[in-house]
Amino acid sequence: MATLRTPPIPEVPGPLFPEIAGAPDKFRACLQCGVCSASCPMGEVMQFPPRKAVKLLLDGGIDQVVSSNTPWLCVSCHTCSARCPSGLPITDGLFPSLRAAVMATGKIPDPDLQKALQNTYQYGNPMGTSPKKRADWAKTAGVPVPIISQLRRPVEVLWIVECTPSFEARGQQISRLLARILTALGVDFAILGHEERCIGDCEWLAGEQGLFEMLIERNIETLNKYQFREILMTDPHSYRTLRNVYPSLGGNYRTKHYVEFLAERLAQLKPMLKKKLNVMATYHDSCCLGRKTSHYEEPRALLKALPGVKLAEMAQNRESALCCGGGGTTTYLDRYIQEQTKDRLADRRVQQAAATGAQILATACPFEPARFEDAVKLTGHEGKLAVRDIIELLAESMELV
Amino acid sequence: MKIAVLIKQVPDLVEGLEIDASGKALDQDSLRYIISEADDHALEQALLIRERTGASVDVFALDVGEARDSLTTALAKGAERVTLVAAGLEAAPGSHALAELFAGVLRPQNFDLILTGVRAIDDLDGSLGGLLAGLLELPYVGLIRKVETGPGGETAIVQKEFPGGFITELEVKLPAVLGIQSAEQPPRYVPVSRLRQVMKTAKIGEQAVEPPQAQPIAVERLFKPEEGAGASMLEGTPEELAKQIAGLLAERHLLKG
Repeated sequence: MATLRTPPIPEVPGPLFPEIAGAPDKFRACLQCGVCSASCPMGEVMQFPPRKAVKLLLDGGIDQVVSSNTPWLCVSCHTCSARCPSGLPITDGLFPSLRAAVMATGKIPDPDLQKALQNTYQYGNPMGTSPKKRADWAKTAGVPVPIISQLRRPVEVLWIVECTPSFEARGQQISRLLARILTALGVDFAILGHEERCIGDCEWLAGEQGLFEMLIERNIETLNKYQFREILMTDPHSYRTLRNVYPSLGGNYRTKHYVEFLAERLAQLKPMLKKKLNVMATYHDSCCLGRKTSHYEEPRALLKALPGVKLAEMAQNRESALCCGGGGTTTYLDRYIQEQTKDRLADRRVQQAAATGAQILATACPFEPARFEDAVKLTGHEGKLAVRDIIELLAESMELV
Repeated sequence: MKIAVLIKQVPDLVEGLEIDASGKALDQDSLRYIISEADDHALEQALLIRERTGASVDVFALDVGEARDSLTTALAKGAERVTLVAAGLEAAPGSHALAELFAGVLRPQNFDLILTGVRAIDDLDGSLGGLLAGLLELPYVGLIRKVETGPGGETAIVQKEFPGGFITELEVKLPAVLGIQSAEQPPRYVPVSRLRQVMKTAKIGEQAVEPPQAQPIAVERLFKPEEGAGASMLEGTPEELAKQIAGLLAERHLLKG
């Protein structure tokens, strides 16, 4: 009788991070069922969709995958990982390892991604802006936004604003509105100001383990200097990293995204929601708030509390929500992805939103307004569908704008 | 083949620059340094030649700013040896003085190719490459965007950009000095884990040199340009600004249709 032998498993570069410690062994549990490839919104254009990539990993052919378009087309939507019957860490394990293997050769497919990583190393943000300018947005917030190092006392809530909401114009405006909402709610809060650095998510997914670890060490050192009851975050990506990954590296904090934080205060918020908005809205579940941290109901509760807002659901919602196409490294790979596929996920998602008849596409992730507004223009929905962060809608109803 | 790359640190423009009390120099306390962009390209070009020919790459940096950081990065990228040229200076001197310092260091070492950035943002008096080539009595070509070595390493075929969209290919007898405008590909990325590993084991050579003689050129005043008249600043939200700009263009009949 012939003996069945499992072929030797080649080294996946890594293990990169705690979530994939022992990853190659873990992947032996793959059933080759293909749920991952069938669920992948980019599977059709990948030279090796996830199922094939895992097969090659087990058969000793992973080099082919490393040199293909596969590592960089994954948008980190986490759908495959959420659905995998064997619970394999595909998004957070296999793909970062593939990218790390490419990166070790020094060949990053788009200079924008390289620049973002270099900037994060030098300045603590991918934009390459001076860290001293991190709290500049707060000067025109219209309410005091204290910096924790200057307060010299413990605070209830430390708000980690993150990079896009600190430096990008629309994000800054949303930050100002959140500062006003927190003030109206009487929340005792402070920000880190110039001490804040990128929390890290894209770096991890890019396979830049060293940079990710460097950020974590620095952030834990900063956070441990101060006393606060909980951390409030605006960005779902860094939120899931701080909540799910930092604890295993010694950073244990009570961490909340604003949808959870504000939903907890809904009773207090409701009487403040005065202005009727009279619109139909549909909510886009961001991948990290949905599949990664299961906050499906809080954002909907906030939207339903808005006077005059009717909520419609897109065909793909909650666990099966379609990604905006800007997760992980893909924010910096637009050009590369455009060369591989003309079918942009943001365009597809906006078509789904428009099909509900909604006038508002509501979001809770700082990457989305820019991405979806482009898509609204490209798909001919300008003037018919507006992209609004939940914070913007709340602030409008609270007459804080 | 032996290649030398000369790199320099320059003030990082991401930080707001301040002028010091003397009114003649930048305030060192507010400064942050990074490698001069064109020098980074010179290093990349040298590494590409090495990959094609097996040449060795030596990197030299003047000891100002955070030069050790740039040399460590050069090692992490694959340079064979790196050397800090220590002249006890607080800031980079003019290019004439720098050329003299480097000429003294390089003369005894018989490099086949000496690459440096064609310019740096803080050059005072011309670019380093030509001045250095003069002192070493070697040929010099600047504004280079591609370097290939000829058979036997006797010559280099270089591409140089000219205004008007022309590119010239030149043959240069080696040894020579080349001023690099850009490498054939963007400078490579070094993963931070590799950089941190190299930091622990990096061997950075050090060569002490005499500080340069007093130079015939001296900075009299450093200042920000005075605000001119006739400019008006627009204010408003991005949408309002866009409307105002469109209005101004229409007023001047600069819009079609």
